[in-house]
Parts: sequence; C-alpha cells; structure tokens
Amino acid sequence: MTGLSPLYWLIAALFATAAWRAARARENARRASTALFWALLAIVFAAGDWMPHAVTGALVVLVALIAGFGGVRGAARTPLDPARRAASVARLGNRLFLPALLVPLVTVALAVLGRQFIDAQQASLLALATGCAVALAVGCAMLREHPRVAVREAHGLLDALGWALVLPLVLAMLGAVFTKAGVGDVVARLVGMGIPVGNAFACVAAYALGMAAFTIVMGNAFAAFPVMTAGVALPLLVGRHGAEPGSLVALGMLSGYCGTLLTPMAANFNIVPAALLELQDKNAVIRMQVATALPLLALNVALMYFIAFR
Amino acid sequence: MSWWPLAGVALVIVGFALRFNPVLVVVVSGIATGLIAGLAPLELLALIGESFVKARYLMILVLLLPIVGLLERNGLREQAQALIGRMRRVTTTRLLLGYLAVRQLTSSLGLNSLGGHPQTVRPLLAPMAEAAAAREHGALDPARREKLLALCAATDNVGLFFGEDVFFAFGGVLLMQAFLAENGIELEAWRIALWGIPTAIGAFLIHAVRVHWFARRALRPKGPA
Repeated sequence: MTGLSPLYWLIAALFATAAWRAARARENARRASTALFWALLAIVFAAGDWMPHAVTGALVVLVALIAGFGGVRGAARTPLDPARRAASVARLGNRLFLPALLVPLVTVALAVLGRQFIDAQQASLLALATGCAVALAVGCAMLREHPRVAVREAHGLLDALGWALVLPLVLAMLGAVFTKAGVGDVVARLVGMGIPVGNAFACVAAYALGMAAFTIVMGNAFAAFPVMTAGVALPLLVGRHGAEPGSLVALGMLSGYCGTLLTPMAANFNIVPAALLELQDKNAVIRMQVATALPLLALNVALMYFIAFR
Repeated sequence: MSWWPLAGVALVIVGFALRFNPVLVVVVSGIATGLIAGLAPLELLALIGESFVKARYLMILVLLLPIVGLLERNGLREQAQALIGRMRRVTTTRLLLGYLAVRQLTSSLGLNSLGGHPQTVRPLLAPMAEAAAAREHGALDPARREKLLALCAATDNVGLFFGEDVFFAFGGVLLMQAFLAENGIELEAWRIALWGIPTAIGAFLIHAVRVHWFARRALRPKGPA
C-alpha cells in the first residue's frame, strides 16, 4: 500500500470503462481479446497492492501475450465533428488553452509545495493527477461538456496507444529480471575486457560508451550507472588515473542519456510518444534522435577527458 | 560467472531486428532470462508481478487523456494552428528551439512536469509546428508531417534529459551522490549537478543545428517548387 493507491484506482477505473466499451463494440473483430486486455489491466492496477505477486505476474504475462499477438484493436473512432470545433474555437478562442496550461501549472505548483512534506516522486505524481482533475473540471465547465464525453475521448486515445501503452511496464519487468540474472555484471566484464587500462583516454571512452551501450540494452541509464561506475569508473579512472569523481560520474550519466535517445527499450520516451502522435513508424522518434545523440556522445567523451582530468 | 545471462539480451536484439511485436519480444526474453538464471516458475512470476506493481507509476500519463481528448474534440489543435498562423515571426526553427530552451531551463530548475508528450507535445507543440511549417513550405505531405511530429517528440526528450541533470535535487543526481558515498567518496550534490551544464549547452547547440537543417532541407517539398 502506498500513498499513490488512489491514483492507481483512478487509472483502473478508466481501464475498466475501456473494457466495458470494448466488450460492447460489436463491429470489432477482436472484441473479446481487446475487452479482456483492458479488464486484466484494470485488475492488476486496482489490486496490485494486495494480490500475491505471483498472481499479478501471471496476469501481466497474459496481458502481454494478448498485446503481443495483436489482440488489442481499437474500435472504429467517431471522427471529430468539424462544426463543433469551429463553433468552440469561435466562442472561446485562446481561452481554449487555459485547461491545457492548467495541467502543467497546477502540477508544478503542487509538486514544489508537496516536496516539503512527502517524497519528491510521489509529490509530482499526485500533483500531476490533481492537475489533470482541475483541468478536466475547468474544461468541462468551460466547454459545457459532460465528463462522460471526456472519458469517451480518452478511450479513443487509449486505442491509438494500444500495445505501446504496456511496453514501458513490461520493460521495467525485464529490467528486474536482467538485474536478478546478473546481466549487468556480464556486460561490465565484457566492457572491461577490451580496455588498455594504462591509457586514460581509452578508459574514459570505455566508461562513456559503456554507459551508452548498457543503457541501450537496459533502456535506463539509472540501471547502467552503478554497474559501469563500479566496474570501470571507480577502479580505473578514479583509482588508477586520479580522475575527479563528481564531474566524471555526472558526464557518465549523461553519456547514458545519449543511449536512452537511441533505444526502443526506453519505451516511455521513444515508443509511447510515437504511438501518442499516431505515427506510422513506431521508431520514428528514435530515428530523429540519432543525429543528435551520436555527436553529443562524442562531445561527452571529450568533455569527460578534459574536465575529469582538469 | 557464465555468459548465459546475455542470451536474454540477444533475444531482445534479434526479436527487435526481426520486427516481432516489442511487447512479445520483451516478455519472452524476460521469461527465458529468468529460467536460464535458475528461477523457479513461481518465483519468476512473483518477480514479474512485483516489478510491474512498482512500475505502475509509468502509466500516469493515461490520466491526461480525458482532458487532452476533450480539448481536441473542441478544437484545441485548430486554435493552436490559428495562433501560430497569425504570428508570422514564429518559424518552425524558432518555435522548436524556443520550446527546447524553455524545456531545458525549466527542467534544470526541477520543473520536469511542465512539459511532456501527452501534456504539451501532442496538444500544443505538434499542431503549432505543423502550422509554422505549412506557412513556410505549404501543406505537408504525410511523410514530411510524420518526420516533423517525430522531431517535436525528440525535442521534448532532448530538453528534458539535458536539463534535469543540472538540478541539484534531481533524483538522478542524488542517486549518483549516494552511490559515490557508498564507495567512500563524499561530495555535495551541486558538485555533481554543475558538470551537467557543459553537456546541456552542447545538447542545445547540436540539436539547434539539426532543427535548423531539418527546417531548411527536409521540410522543403521535393522537386522544383
């Protein structure tokens, strides 16, 4: 049980309504599996805190198999009504931005305030949820819409996300399994094998490129950091060559971030946005990032060499 | 120590390369890696369940969908496009670089949730960029539009990643500080965060060149205009 449980219940409720709607969409050829997908997600979100983890795990595998075999299909989307849009644009003009801007403003204000009392991550998540609720209330009042309509529109966006929605969650699962299986130690040893340890620049390059490579595999620079830093940075660069640790690890982490830009394993940054923008190519965002990430990684290697040995 | 744990990594790479569904690839690799590592099936399911429960916060974005959907139904994109359509000085390059600068600066002050793909990219930045590009180059064909939208998402990522690490109370900075402390190196957090600044500036400059190039070349219609 965490302070975030009410958020998960809200999310579960949204998924439950999506399941209900999917179950009634007669024209959908994958009606049963789509409804089951949303219903199972609703269950693991609502009951995850007290269900035995093995049961949750089994349901998650089922969810992933449904998604993985193409069992999730969106219902036919009612096209947006151009007359309605034109009318509200004419009536409200720039005031339409107000609810959209309320989300970040309320979120940031409450997150900064909440940090004084609770853990920063919890504070920002609760603040974001509150921001959404405030914006939704203002939006419904301003647009004279029933909240039910907002939920229906959300279903359309959930359909657009489809399997991409659960990818970040199954990747978190994969990260936990990789950690348990000791993938990190093997990768660190692999990186460590080829380094001419007497050459400071080679060690710098191995640390920075190793952080990027490991992040590409794990999808998360935070997972790569302890392994690569304990395996390469501390013994070789700090211990043997006398690098300054503060700047060294900061630039190491940022090299990992260059890897984050390059990998489908960082799904919440790279794949989910592609789905959210309804792009045909789910790797389009990564393709766009390659030419920024690679020069930046090279810059990081140079910065690390000159700053950590200043 | 054996090399067997790498089999899971290999499965992921092969699966992604052969374009199987990513969710399927990840789950199969997870199960295979767990079993190779000698976990009992029930133990493995429990590990999967536990990590899923802990990662549920990643799904918080769905709470944004009702308001975003409601606003789009009522013409938010059209209004965003109209606004940019009137602002003649706002080119695609200026819009994206302005967004990048604001995203980097606010993230470096710890205000991460001021932007994001569901909050700002889909409802605001993307339609604005489309409007700016359409004014410069005429209506976009689907291929160029897709690239422009991908660049909007990429710009948000670059701004967030290479801003947040400059904030001294950012979780990542505290993680590095704690890790160094465990290894007997005591440092104030700002002495780590400070060294995020050169890369942040580099990220802005490199991405600026890319955006500029993209707006000049890639957005321009093919063939003689």
